[in-house]
Amino acid sequence: MTDALAPVEEALAESAARRGRGGSTLRYVAGKLGGALASLFLVVVLGFLLFRVIPGDPVLSMTRGRPVTADQQAELRARLGVDRPLLQQFLDYLGRLARGDLGTSYVYSRPVGELIAERLGPTLLLVGTSTIIAVILGLWLGIKGAWRRGSRFDRVSTGVSLTLWSMPTFWLGLLLMIATGNLFPSGGIRYPDTPPDFLSQALDTAHHMVLPCLTFVAVIYAQYLLVMRSSLLEEMNADYLTTARAKGLRDDLVRRRHAVPNALLPTVTLVFLHLGLVVSGAITVETVFSWPGLGLLTYEALQGPDLPLLQGIFIVLTGSVVAMNVIADLLYRVLDPRVRAA
Amino acid sequence: MAPGVALQAAAQQAGGTTLRVAITQQIDTLNPFIAIFQSSTELGRLMYEFLTTFDTHNQPTPGLAEKWETSADKLTWTYTIRQGAKWSDGQPITAKDVVFTYNLMMTNADAATANGNFVANFESVTAPDEHTVVIKTKVPVTTMTAMEVPIVPEHVWASVSDIATYANDTTPVVGSGPFVLTEYKANEYIKLKANKDYWRGPAKYDELQFVYYKNADAAVQALQKGEVDLVNRLAPAQFDSLKNDPNIVPNQAKGRRFNELLINPGAATKDGQPIGDGHPALKDVRVRQAIAKAIDVTTIVNKVMGGYAEPATGLIPTMWGDYHWQPAAGQERKFDPAAANADLDAAGYPKGADGTRVGPDGRALTLRLLGHSGRAFDEQTAEYVKRWLSDIGIGVEVQLVSDNQFNETSTAGNFDLQVSTWGSNPDPDYILSLHTCAQRPNPDGKGGTTDSFFCDAEYDALYAQQSAEFDRTKRAELVRKMQQRLYEQAPLVMLDYDNALEGYRKDRFDGFQKQPAQDGVIMAQSSYWGYYSATPVAATSAGAGSSTGLVIGVVVVVVVVLAGGGLLVARRRGSTADERE
Repeated sequence: MTDALAPVEEALAESAARRGRGGSTLRYVAGKLGGALASLFLVVVLGFLLFRVIPGDPVLSMTRGRPVTADQQAELRARLGVDRPLLQQFLDYLGRLARGDLGTSYVYSRPVGELIAERLGPTLLLVGTSTIIAVILGLWLGIKGAWRRGSRFDRVSTGVSLTLWSMPTFWLGLLLMIATGNLFPSGGIRYPDTPPDFLSQALDTAHHMVLPCLTFVAVIYAQYLLVMRSSLLEEMNADYLTTARAKGLRDDLVRRRHAVPNALLPTVTLVFLHLGLVVSGAITVETVFSWPGLGLLTYEALQGPDLPLLQGIFIVLTGSVVAMNVIADLLYRVLDPRVRAA
Repeated sequence: MAPGVALQAAAQQAGGTTLRVAITQQIDTLNPFIAIFQSSTELGRLMYEFLTTFDTHNQPTPGLAEKWETSADKLTWTYTIRQGAKWSDGQPITAKDVVFTYNLMMTNADAATANGNFVANFESVTAPDEHTVVIKTKVPVTTMTAMEVPIVPEHVWASVSDIATYANDTTPVVGSGPFVLTEYKANEYIKLKANKDYWRGPAKYDELQFVYYKNADAAVQALQKGEVDLVNRLAPAQFDSLKNDPNIVPNQAKGRRFNELLINPGAATKDGQPIGDGHPALKDVRVRQAIAKAIDVTTIVNKVMGGYAEPATGLIPTMWGDYHWQPAAGQERKFDPAAANADLDAAGYPKGADGTRVGPDGRALTLRLLGHSGRAFDEQTAEYVKRWLSDIGIGVEVQLVSDNQFNETSTAGNFDLQVSTWGSNPDPDYILSLHTCAQRPNPDGKGGTTDSFFCDAEYDALYAQQSAEFDRTKRAELVRKMQQRLYEQAPLVMLDYDNALEGYRKDRFDGFQKQPAQDGVIMAQSSYWGYYSATPVAATSAGAGSSTGLVIGVVVVVVVVLAGGGLLVARRRGSTADERE
């Protein structure tokens, strides 16, 4: 990752020389933030309408197969508020949201915010770790592959990554679980009998995380590899590289200082787009390895449909994507002088 | 690293015997008044004793009430509460706790969410003394010894202000059942300790743990690796894979779930207003009977269920013994497409030019078949039914939809045929009520819990009779008659009674009491016998095994991380040096 630092240092040095243009920076930042806020508001409205389109009566789904009387069902509808007019429900929802209350889950009878917070940690841990590993691995292999394009290393690494990318996650996960025998747990985030002290808990969680992490990395690292590889390939024959070589720079310096920074932009876009989606977790991996994360919660909420929970998740997910996009936009200015000039 | 692992091993040794059970359904809440998922009500049975429970033959047997009697008019029930029974915090269990629980459900709508049906016809619940509960009902109620209502301690619950949002997760949760809930990690695990004060005596092991597995394949792996000791809800292929393991006992049990094919007999509201768009020809009982004759239940059992089911006849599965109805020899409806064809010809539905039959109103007999998308049973059964009905000149258009869409379409009566599934209960009243006129929707099209939209005076008369009959033998006879009526009128074709597929490690635990005793289930019983009776097998080494696994695992993690990091650095250095030349 030191590769990425060079242009940042440059940019910092340059920005000191350009104080006079602070007004436009402010305008740029304000514009991006304003756009983000507008998107968030749309998300809030859409989050409500979208899930009302799902057909079906949550109460019927919840009580299906249980001895309940029609009175009990009516009572439950009244308690959940699903018997009210749509407009009334929407106003209730906006009012609650303004007070920072995401509502109460139909199924779990608990505040939605609490449920999401509970699942956010495991998801960030698993998907965050996996994404970081996948980005590092993908960039590294991508750069190496492009630099020696057509070599055996390039062909093998691209081939392997594409094969893994096209594997069904569910199948790969189960296969790893079976192949590793007793080495790793079959699921969950910790054993019930692990002592409560931090060290044992952390070790146990790390132990539980190996297989899901491995599965996730194996399936996703190809996209970073491919984008990095192809954008570096585009730079390969550029004149400035010949100039750099002519100046007598070592080959890896040419790559690190000149080629990679220019090729990095598409990858940064991709990384940030994906960081936003980190929160949504990885439904399949979480299901295979019983990881108590947000992806699984989303899937469960859809079964109900547990409307308040779905709305809450939707807002948190889209909110994080919007936030990451803003960060990416701001980072472009630092990374690429062309954006600043425009 | 070493001290942590050593601690882990030590804790497993010191923890005593633990039965670990894999569960695949989430827990909605620990609050027994609002818990409606099967996994949560099962937990409720372990934490709280009922007034009466069911023995291993599914007959009512004493719980908190050691005996009970009823008045001549069956409107007053007097229960004698067991002396000496204690809550897990040491307080005595008295009649007051029972009165508190039932009154709460009668006066607080939220508290009636899960089990309100049992108290719907209650007049009053009182305690003349510490050990007597008197329940007066408005009409005779047959479920008075089948009330699956967890009795809660008044000294804990009296101070709960909002039942609807009370999580009941302050551990240890004060209870009266064979186990006390001591730790709850949502979506990870649940720990219960054997209740030392339990009135039947403590269970033969120390701790019961439920561990979540979000898919049954992982649960099977966990069973084979020894991470858990007991698993249920298995698919046939998973069940088969357990058969070769010498340490695992597969249990193919009679189950409470059944699958049926509903035939819309003319959906209508309670006051007789037709609703929905069901095919009019299906109002003709002869058409429904012909469809029933064209369906090969044996093939469903063997091909769709892989043999892990029983062919179905009456509405009540075989596991409920005398409530189950079987047609007398010679009266059963045999799979006979030729006879079905002849019946339809005779009934005035001749085949048209394209081979599809046409009704007297000129409308072709092309039916929609509604099923759940993603449910293998529905998908496969739909294809079979389509083929069988095309053999008798009835066209079938399969519609597989999401669960939500399914419920909406079905309650609106917008279907012709429908693959549906239900679970049955020890008392047959509820499942029988699903086919009475009164359970059809209100005039506004809402409410009601009807399953088939069936409305038949004879069936309703039998239903009324059985709900006022307290002699088990006589009631069972009425219940069987009702099933016969359903069978003859054919608003539905019973397809199969699913087997419940479970597996346990016999090198860890044994002695599980099943319900029904001979060929029943260990988990998901109408009581707690399976968990309560489990007996640890002496000299187990599985605990040591799993901690060895952990040590190996941690070592592997560290090695992989170090090796990976080392390799990364080495490659980078190597390549730089390489290119420098």
